[in-house]
Amino acid sequence: MYGNAYIDPNAKLPSILEGEDPVKLAEFEARIARGEKIEPQDWMPKEYRRQLVRMIEQHAHSEIIGALPEGTWITRAPGFRRKLALIAKVQDEVGHGQLLYSAAETLGKSREDMINDLISGKSKYSNVFNYPAKTWADSAVIAWLIDAGAIVNQLANSKGSYGPYCRALDRICAEEAFHLKYGHDNVVFLATGTDVQRAMVQDALTRWWPPIMHFFGPSDRSSKHTEILMRWKVKMASNDDMRQQFLNMYVPKIWDLGLVLPDPNLKKNNETGLWEYTEPDWDEFKRVINGDGPCNAERLAVRRTAEENGRWVVNALRKPDEKYVTPLA
Amino acid sequence: MIIKSLDPRVDRNEMDADATFGGLESMDQWQTYEVFHQTKRGQHHVHVGNVHAPNHDMALMFGKEQFARRGATVNLWVVKSADVFATDYADSDIFESTAEKLHRDAGSYKVMDRINAYKERVKQEL
Repeated sequence: MYGNAYIDPNAKLPSILEGEDPVKLAEFEARIARGEKIEPQDWMPKEYRRQLVRMIEQHAHSEIIGALPEGTWITRAPGFRRKLALIAKVQDEVGHGQLLYSAAETLGKSREDMINDLISGKSKYSNVFNYPAKTWADSAVIAWLIDAGAIVNQLANSKGSYGPYCRALDRICAEEAFHLKYGHDNVVFLATGTDVQRAMVQDALTRWWPPIMHFFGPSDRSSKHTEILMRWKVKMASNDDMRQQFLNMYVPKIWDLGLVLPDPNLKKNNETGLWEYTEPDWDEFKRVINGDGPCNAERLAVRRTAEENGRWVVNALRKPDEKYVTPLA
Repeated sequence: MIIKSLDPRVDRNEMDADATFGGLESMDQWQTYEVFHQTKRGQHHVHVGNVHAPNHDMALMFGKEQFARRGATVNLWVVKSADVFATDYADSDIFESTAEKLHRDAGSYKVMDRINAYKERVKQEL
């Protein structure tokens, strides 16, 4: 599960095309325009490589860290079937992380460097996972709506230009289909259950709505950067377009259950066909993504502890004379 | 400060929020293995991705976890990525031996017209 890769709008961007060979660049762009995939061995602009590493790496971290809020409820899942399903979902997320780390490695960044950058806070992951899953119903809302948002994003990106990333996303999207249905089933079960269950899922939805609205990131339609990344099929749709697509697909399903979303301005404008909503608090988004959220410290501590506690196994099995090689694709 | 979590698994581990991380050394890891998956006896093994593993036994184990969690699987192969030799995409012109290859295509051999013409001719001669 994953939102959009976050580009700080105030960050100074390098001149994207500076120093690139114009002939190779033209061939590269023509290949993408023809719908061909780029493979690891192919020539690519420096900025294409840099942006893809950043994006795939953030996506991989999001899968690994995303397993934590839901994993909170594994020990107390209500019933054997729910517990089995939740464990399976969390295992899938971790597996997706592995697929994505491999895809990023084909671009030349080592797995250790990615893990170091995650734990040091240099690399980001999807901001929603810095919020706690307070009740079982939170895990249901995450499984349904965060995964729904992730699918909108991942389906778009699976049509992108980088071969290894597209192949990883094809596998991931196929598995996410179960996550979405599992989450929906879980929310419907609570929403059509007792008054207590219904109140619990309504509370969870109210809590998660602001992070869900943050999920696709701030508006980036007018960015010059977006324009080039979209031409290179690194980015497949603007953040606003994906948010609109998500609202269009899921708000009616939420309302069908008689649940209330905490935004009195949320409605579809039938003339424009677009959803109108209260702009979420982007200052909070920036504060949380830069480290000051309710769970940032815990998420990174869990990852650091896992790395430290498991290190002896990694070391015991390593053969010093064997040289690691980058995976093929 | 020990982290207080909603997750009992985190609490059990008594994680220190202020601990520092020594960091990992770059490229200091296990081999990569390419994984090939067979859905059904008699079908081809198909390349599905790769895993990091210290030896082939664990590569098979990780391959099973990663690529055989769902759906039918009867067999997996793993091979060290370093042992795969590949052509270069930049050299893909080596596969363009001639512009058209109809001469090696079954569909390009059409004989019925000649057979029918021959039969017609023989019938008239009789």
